[in-house]
Amino acid sequence: MPMKMYGQHRFPGKLFVVEGIDGSGKSTQLSLLQQWLESEGYSVFFSAWNSSPLVKDTTSRGKKKRMLSPTTFSLIHSTDFADRIEREIIPPLKAGAVVLADRYIYTAFARDAVRGVSPKWVRELYRFAVKPTIAFYFRVPLKVALGRILWGRADLKFYEAGMDLALSEDIEESFEIFQGRIIEKYEEMIKEFGLTVIDATRSIEEQQAEVRTLVARKLDGLRKVRIGR
Amino acid sequence: MSKFEFYGEGLAGVNLEELTGTLIVIEGTDGVGRSTQINLLRPWLERNGHAVLDTGMTRSALVGKGLKRAKEGNTLGSITLSLFYATDFADRLEKQMIPALRAGFVVLTDRYIYSLIARAIVRGADPKWIKSVYGVALKPDAIFYLRVTLEDLIPRVLNSTGFNYWESGMDMRLGEDLYDSFIRYQTKLITQFDAMSQEYGFQVIDATRSIDQVFNTLSRRIERLLSKEEAGSLPRLATA
Repeated sequence: MPMKMYGQHRFPGKLFVVEGIDGSGKSTQLSLLQQWLESEGYSVFFSAWNSSPLVKDTTSRGKKKRMLSPTTFSLIHSTDFADRIEREIIPPLKAGAVVLADRYIYTAFARDAVRGVSPKWVRELYRFAVKPTIAFYFRVPLKVALGRILWGRADLKFYEAGMDLALSEDIEESFEIFQGRIIEKYEEMIKEFGLTVIDATRSIEEQQAEVRTLVARKLDGLRKVRIGR
Repeated sequence: MSKFEFYGEGLAGVNLEELTGTLIVIEGTDGVGRSTQINLLRPWLERNGHAVLDTGMTRSALVGKGLKRAKEGNTLGSITLSLFYATDFADRLEKQMIPALRAGFVVLTDRYIYSLIARAIVRGADPKWIKSVYGVALKPDAIFYLRVTLEDLIPRVLNSTGFNYWESGMDMRLGEDLYDSFIRYQTKLITQFDAMSQEYGFQVIDATRSIDQVFNTLSRRIERLLSKEEAGSLPRLATA
């Protein structure tokens, strides 16, 4: 069976992914979307970035012990992603279900490029990925996102803050610079990958209404496979 | 001018001009005697005054254990397996091989990217894709491909560990049992190695001969390689 590459997969199911920096509100939006789709009777599967049971122990050990270089950081995340593609994403798509992914390959493209990994190489690395039905990019100014995170959680981690890049001695300052650079990479990818931009400065309700409208248009002909009631 | 170059896009943050050592690859399918030869070559090189680092697959500090554990289950997909190996390779390249090359060591590696490429392609990977992933690798100074035919391989396997799940490619269900699958899998691997031989400039070593004969061939060629390199660097030292 030859390996299918980005844009070559033909599945009856639909794949919706959310992207954006920490604090953009993408996970909240995805969870609201999931509840709506389920209440509409669709079979919904969810896959989160960096969550493969086969790989995540290695990743977290590598992070805790700070063993990861830009290249191995990139490769271990692609391994995690491959496991989820092979087990969590492709089978439900083949079965005609809806798959939702919190972060997708664009997260890797943005982060790895900021870490100095060749953008060309990392795009080739992830070429086995299924092209999403819609990839939402929750666009938000850095200051707004930081405000949301700082009251949400205070314990920034080493790699999450981009401390491996030695941008600043201060972890919060490093995080800010790192996230700012990631925004630049996302902005460059909007056109390259046809990301659907959602203005994430608006109210949660307004954003969700727009997301649902856009998703609904792609559900024509999709079977509601849930049994019950 | 640097002695080394990368196959593709290369690694971020590596200055190739700093790498002065020698990278020697011993390749070949399962059971051809690679580790036996490395165990002979290492002390021989050291007796001749060379500092040696030897490395091999799944020996990385980062993923060695995780990869072995993942292979014990029955859910590891082929793309995931390929990338797990690629992560292991990159970690060893950055943490073991490159620092040793920077320090002027002879690096002896039991397999390199070619085994990993062959295994991935046999499992259905797109050749262009997997070769691009390994664009992070350095081009070695020499690649010795220990070649045997399938008929020679079978008694060797019977005399050592017997047929195992992964070396038989049982994850692909190529045959009814370990033996049938082993035959089909190893045949496919040998075909891939032969195809890569030209592309990557393998020095093909007939590994059906005795351990001593193979060692003599290898050590003679390595000696020639190392003396050529010393000859290249000595005049420059003399004028410094």
